[in-house]
Amino acid sequence: MTDVPQVKHHGSDMFAGYPVDTANTAGDQAVTNYTINFGPQHPAAHGVLRMVMELDGEIIERVDPHVGLLHRGTEKLIEYKTYLQALPYFDRLDYCSPLGMEHSYVLAIEKLLDLEVPERAQYLRVLFAELTRICNHMLNIGSHVMDVGAMTPNLWVFELREDCLNFFERASGARMHSAYFRPGGVHQDVPERLLYDIGEWCEKRLPKLFGDAMSLVIDNRIFKQRNVDIATVSKEDALAWGFSGPMIRGSGIAWDLRKSQPYDAYAKMDFDIPVGTRGDCYDRFMVRVQEVHQSARIILQCLREMPTGPIASLDRKVVPPKRGEMKQSMESLIHHFKLYTEGFHVPAGEVYVATESPKGEFGVYLVSDGTNKPYRCKIRPTAFSHLQAMDFMCKGHMLADTTAIIGAIDVVFGECDR
Amino acid sequence: MSSIAHLVKSFTLWEFVKAHALTLKYFFKPKATINYPFEKNPLSPRFRGEHALRRYPNGEERCIACKLCEAVCPAQAITIEAEPRDDGSRRTTRYDIDMTKCIYCGFCQEACPVDAIVEGPNFEFATETREELLYDKAKLLANGDKWERAIAANLAADAPYR
Repeated sequence: MTDVPQVKHHGSDMFAGYPVDTANTAGDQAVTNYTINFGPQHPAAHGVLRMVMELDGEIIERVDPHVGLLHRGTEKLIEYKTYLQALPYFDRLDYCSPLGMEHSYVLAIEKLLDLEVPERAQYLRVLFAELTRICNHMLNIGSHVMDVGAMTPNLWVFELREDCLNFFERASGARMHSAYFRPGGVHQDVPERLLYDIGEWCEKRLPKLFGDAMSLVIDNRIFKQRNVDIATVSKEDALAWGFSGPMIRGSGIAWDLRKSQPYDAYAKMDFDIPVGTRGDCYDRFMVRVQEVHQSARIILQCLREMPTGPIASLDRKVVPPKRGEMKQSMESLIHHFKLYTEGFHVPAGEVYVATESPKGEFGVYLVSDGTNKPYRCKIRPTAFSHLQAMDFMCKGHMLADTTAIIGAIDVVFGECDR
Repeated sequence: MSSIAHLVKSFTLWEFVKAHALTLKYFFKPKATINYPFEKNPLSPRFRGEHALRRYPNGEERCIACKLCEAVCPAQAITIEAEPRDDGSRRTTRYDIDMTKCIYCGFCQEACPVDAIVEGPNFEFATETREELLYDKAKLLANGDKWERAIAANLAADAPYR
């Protein structure tokens, strides 16, 4: 009996003041916390997230997220690409919302160049950025409900995501990695028919199918049991941990870069910022659901007010000429050759531009030394700052709640690991 | 009153009944899925798929070895070597695309001043070995011959926007 180590009692203050015999009795075993790996190949870890978890039974005592498994050196690669060549790399950061990433990058270049963007291009960018937001939230909402046990809504919202991807394909030629936004505007004008189809989709199909899918879960008692009061984050904590996007709005702070520092045509857009009241996983989920409806509102407003005109700046030192022009005029051909080999030179300086990507504040910090390549490009991902609060949010919850918490963060590793 | 209603709904599992009725309704709706190898979704004229090198209607290859595509390619997937042909015109002696490197951004077809390299509508070119994805000039020209009708139709359909 003497060789059994002293059993550690948890919750020692429970018996404070009572005469409790803490000496070992016969058959006592010393128990230690259990350390497990959650991921990197766990299907609910949303990519290659590896979390070292210290468990006390099923209760999480400590979480240590390990990132970097999808590190591809994007920032360093960009230093060796011209400004145009670096653009497709942004699609591949957060591959669930590619155009949201491009948006920050092209705005940063335009700020350095002090380039005016035509109004139609601004509207097209807002239109497709909001379509990206819907596309991203469809994936997140679907996977979130699947992580906590519901299958059907995921399949239904994936139909809507498929529609979004088809719209991207019709505009840019690629379903996901569009490379559609360009410094100075967008790549190509969209067919009238596409705008009509997007409008009809936002008015009819999206509210119907999305409403049906959400009616399956938002009142559901199982879904609520898995999400309400899980990982509650107060306003102060949300600010202290550097949250942004739906994470900070779920905690009740109406912080949205589209309202607070509008870029492109957002200043003219009429939309509301949904906020949560309790700051738990359910609130974050519901904020995303409401954002989908707000995005549809913005898209419809864009379609109503979209002006005609050029879809990219006419500054031929930055934006290549149209093909017809290039084949007719020698000067245009020279511009075309210069822009597709050397690219454009950006005046020396540094700039930080952040946009409200579907996941939160996505920033690009560009340092230019006056050449045709960025001297440095620092990418501020959203998931990285949310993941640092993993330990704080998971502590005291059950192991099974981790999936709901990760789902509500909406982490994508292409962006987090860069 | 509302608390009684809440209690009744809670005990009759009302939200489950509602959800089951809805899913049953969708069960009898037409399927959203398609029978893939036999049915395919429509593609837009802008679709960026497998590369092809085109020819002029008289059979002369379009590519003039200006190497714009090689210069602009962000993934450096294109390798070109060129020298003058016997008749004095400049043509490529080597035009390789490493399809395992290619990121399908479409910059090569944007850069091409003679519409020679294009990303065609074909997306079903999976292979069993990696080597088969290292395309050379002959393969690309063969692609061009095979897909010319579709590519020409797509270029014509997209011409007003290019």
